[in-house]
Amino acid sequence: MALSSDEGSRFADLLKGHEEAVGAAWTEQIAATLRGRLSHAELQRQTTELQKGFQSALAGGAQDIGDDAAAELRAQLSDLSSARARQGFTANETAISVFALKDAVLKVLDNGDPNVLRDYVAFSAFIDRAGLFTFDSYVRAREELIADQAEQLLELSTPVVKLWDGVVAVPLVGTLDSARAQVVMERLLQTLVDTGSPYAIIDITGVPAVDTQVAQHILKTVVAARLMGADCIISGIRPQIAQTIVALGIEFGDIATKSSLADALRHVIRLTGTKRQER
Amino acid sequence: MITGSGSAAGEQITVASDQDVVRVRQLVRTLAVAVKLSLVDQTKIVTAASELARNTLVYGGGGTVAVSRVENGRRAGIRIVFADEGPGIPDLDLALTDGYTTGGGLGLGLSGARRLVDEFDIDTAVGRGTTISVTKWCR
Repeated sequence: MALSSDEGSRFADLLKGHEEAVGAAWTEQIAATLRGRLSHAELQRQTTELQKGFQSALAGGAQDIGDDAAAELRAQLSDLSSARARQGFTANETAISVFALKDAVLKVLDNGDPNVLRDYVAFSAFIDRAGLFTFDSYVRAREELIADQAEQLLELSTPVVKLWDGVVAVPLVGTLDSARAQVVMERLLQTLVDTGSPYAIIDITGVPAVDTQVAQHILKTVVAARLMGADCIISGIRPQIAQTIVALGIEFGDIATKSSLADALRHVIRLTGTKRQER
Repeated sequence: MITGSGSAAGEQITVASDQDVVRVRQLVRTLAVAVKLSLVDQTKIVTAASELARNTLVYGGGGTVAVSRVENGRRAGIRIVFADEGPGIPDLDLALTDGYTTGGGLGLGLSGARRLVDEFDIDTAVGRGTTISVTKWCR
């Protein structure tokens, strides 16, 4: 049931006429659901702005939240949603901030007049759609947040560290899927060039399961490093991983493998003939 | 096919993306710890599950993975059933040959997974899909 422009403008007038009463009742409602996690002044500022938004959208002839006249209101609602999403409020608490306007308006209505009630139903449907829009925006904001975090995690989880003069190491932690394998390979090859290191150690202590896909990614990385003239050692092969690799039938060929990072480093140092520096 | 004596109601995961393969792996690991498989056997069944779930995804075009706890009176174990309605496997012997692949992998997934588990049943027909059931028992 869409809001007619008459009904819309009547409600815009109503909101304007009872500006303070509606604002106060609305703020009160929201404050009750949020239980003091936002300051009263902050809430009041938000409701006042939103109320103005609703008022001007309705006065502008918006019949639905998707209308052009409601563009400003939509922007306000999505700002509110993403702010709430980032502050850690639930979707419910966010949507209630909008739905509470219905109760606030009901309080100031003249209930005796059947026409007013009919208007109210139409207005209520408008608020419902605004609430759903808020819900959608909230979900979108949360998804963006998760995508950002996943990206940050990808950056964090693939460090390439210099271990010794001419030796870089890649400690892999967690699941090695195609996207991460790609990042690891790029980083490693770039670091090899930047540091001029002839040796790289790939440590898989933190990889919970080495299946054929993980093995293939590691093998490809080793081959790429070799093409650039660097030698790779794979370390961190625990007993259970070794047995699984054998049962699977994966062959690492002539690639040096060690059980611990320390062993791998010792192996490289022996190869380079570098004397340990005692202090 | 899930008729093993005392098979407990398990959990089912729909496999439609790489993330689902990770979820399968985590579920299998949790259950493997719960039935007290040794660390080596845990790693083996998790790796086998990872291989077969990826096969379900890549070759079967997605499907379901059901993980359940089974008991045969003396021992507890874990059974995983991978089902897809994909193209099926035309030549099973060839598919189970080490190093044979149609997907650019190492060609060890199916054959390797068979060596990682205690029981391995495969039911496939061209055009009907593939169902693989594997079991790992506590020693």
